[in-house]
Amino acid sequence: MARVLMKGCEAIAEAAVRAGCRFFAGYPITPQNEIPEYFARRMPEVGGTFVQGESEVASVNMVYGAASAGTRSMTSSSSPGISLKSEGISYCAAARIPIVYANISRGGPGVGAIQPAQQDYLQATKASGNGGFEMIVLAPSTVQEAVDLTYAAFDYADRDRNPVLILADGVIGTMMEPVELPPMKTDEEIAAIKASKAAWACTGHKLDYANRSWIQPGQWNTQIMQAENEKAAALYASWEKDVQVEEYMVEDAEVIITAYGVSARIAKSAVDICRAAGKKVGLIRPITVHPFPYNSFDKINYDVCKGVLDVEMSIPAQFVHDVRMGVKGRCPIETCLCSGGNIMSREAVLKAVDGILAK
Amino acid sequence: MEKIYSRTTTIQEDKVSGFCPGCMHSTVIKLIGEVLDEMNLVDKAVCITGIGCCGLHMDYIAYDTITAPHGRATAVATGMKRTSPDSLIFTYQGDGDFASIGLGESISTANRGENITVIFINNGIYGMTGGQMAPTTLLGMKASTAPKGRIAEEHGYPMHMCEILNQLTAPRYLERTSCNTPQNVIKTKNAIKKAFQNQLDGKGFSMVEIVTSCPTNWGLDPLDALDFIEQKMLPEFPLGVIRDR
Amino acid sequence: MAMIKVIAERCKSCQYCIRYCPKQVLAVGKNVNSKGYEYVEPVNQEACIACCMCARICPDGAIEVYK
Repeated sequence: MARVLMKGCEAIAEAAVRAGCRFFAGYPITPQNEIPEYFARRMPEVGGTFVQGESEVASVNMVYGAASAGTRSMTSSSSPGISLKSEGISYCAAARIPIVYANISRGGPGVGAIQPAQQDYLQATKASGNGGFEMIVLAPSTVQEAVDLTYAAFDYADRDRNPVLILADGVIGTMMEPVELPPMKTDEEIAAIKASKAAWACTGHKLDYANRSWIQPGQWNTQIMQAENEKAAALYASWEKDVQVEEYMVEDAEVIITAYGVSARIAKSAVDICRAAGKKVGLIRPITVHPFPYNSFDKINYDVCKGVLDVEMSIPAQFVHDVRMGVKGRCPIETCLCSGGNIMSREAVLKAVDGILAK
Repeated sequence: MEKIYSRTTTIQEDKVSGFCPGCMHSTVIKLIGEVLDEMNLVDKAVCITGIGCCGLHMDYIAYDTITAPHGRATAVATGMKRTSPDSLIFTYQGDGDFASIGLGESISTANRGENITVIFINNGIYGMTGGQMAPTTLLGMKASTAPKGRIAEEHGYPMHMCEILNQLTAPRYLERTSCNTPQNVIKTKNAIKKAFQNQLDGKGFSMVEIVTSCPTNWGLDPLDALDFIEQKMLPEFPLGVIRDR
Repeated sequence: MAMIKVIAERCKSCQYCIRYCPKQVLAVGKNVNSKGYEYVEPVNQEACIACCMCARICPDGAIEVYK
């Protein structure tokens, strides 16, 4: 298939359209504006609907409504806007409504900076809203991967009846790369997906007290509420099979760099430079940051490994919490950090690697 | 003998609503059900309930329902109606939901002229949470968060949602009714019917604001609450068609 | 010939029906239902004209009207 040159945000939107997404609602915020703008142009061409909501809060709830009526639906935003969406995301998780949303994250906290950052890691992976729900969180490090993961995200969402988050950053969202786009779902396939949700979707049912659709993001009865949470916990536990990770030159490594998203891409180029210079450096790059590939850290040869280097665009470090749980104290963990909209420098990574090797 | 008035089939046989004695949420839910029955719309109906007492009918009605986050019912309705245009989509919201926390969604949805129906229950108080001040609380009316009563200088004035939405171009039908007398109950039912018909005809945004009682949080017995509606609420919130075009 | 039937379990004794019945057919009874409400009962059934005022004002759909 021919490759086309696309900006990350637009590629994400096109991948969603090809996956059968037929409803998108969003609200302007930098650096993700190209996603709603693309949908605004594209949706009419495929018989879908684009709505510019009056806020992030309204947009996510429009998506909650559309998805509850059985349509593959998506929203997107960037860091402060994602915080506003947390209300609707929590409702979708509680009511088990499949939606996909993308965070093209920027500096923070607060209004932060409009430039790229990775400062929403803990929010994305641990607590994207009230109540302790979990989601599959996918972290692309190239535009191609953003396309592939967005396409797959809709299948995960429908399979689990649960929200799925694409955790990208302003670099992935705004840079252009050649991509191969996945096949366009046919109208028949899209209709079949919608039909498969008819049993629970809120579209109107024949009068039947027992079998009407009743979408409940909460329960009056505490026993039922607990049972729902137990069911959700069992779902979350089942995601171990869905772990995706890139392990690059790990076996003999004296330094393991670990990073996700754009930081991992920069780190990987640092690994290649190190290897060319005869330095034994490897990379562990989680693609699913939730579920997290803790087991990959068991593959490190701790007899030779002098340290794990956590590389992330967040100060204080956040990703490092999961890294610690993977390393389990078997070697020291160092960090190489930047924040506030500054992009990770490869030189800083190389310097940090040398620092560990010199120890 | 022929039965000439009985319970709507849209209220489940063995269930009784959780509303307090005299609460007119019960009345309005009954009327919505009667209209759905009479217009043969039960199998197309989806009720989007707000948060608060307005959600207390979910388990005894017989048609599809979904709970929206507090104030967001019209946004949820937007997503649903746009993707499921053959369904009858209506929101059921109280004054805290529609006129306070959801004000942005409410006005924006009306301004887009979404082809949905809003049933807006105005009883001038927060019911479920225990009688706090609402945007519609009358001047001088006591609330648990306005123990000396609503004071204009501190709290502003009661909000008139029909009149506010009447400033917009897109809405097609705005009517304020009550359920304090049998005659007004009939008018409310007719208003709901008209609002649903507008949606079937693709006309766009319709809202019926219904002035109701909250005997429990007004601290009145149900019959005194009827008098309170007549003497206090209706002078502030006059009934009638605000717009029909 | 007209009559009403009060479904005792649905009645919450708000007494709206009593106020609006033009023929004083209804009154609060002496019995309570399972929720503890002293439900309304017809005490003057023969006066009923099946105008349905009671049934329409009843929030809880507790009244059936026959004619």
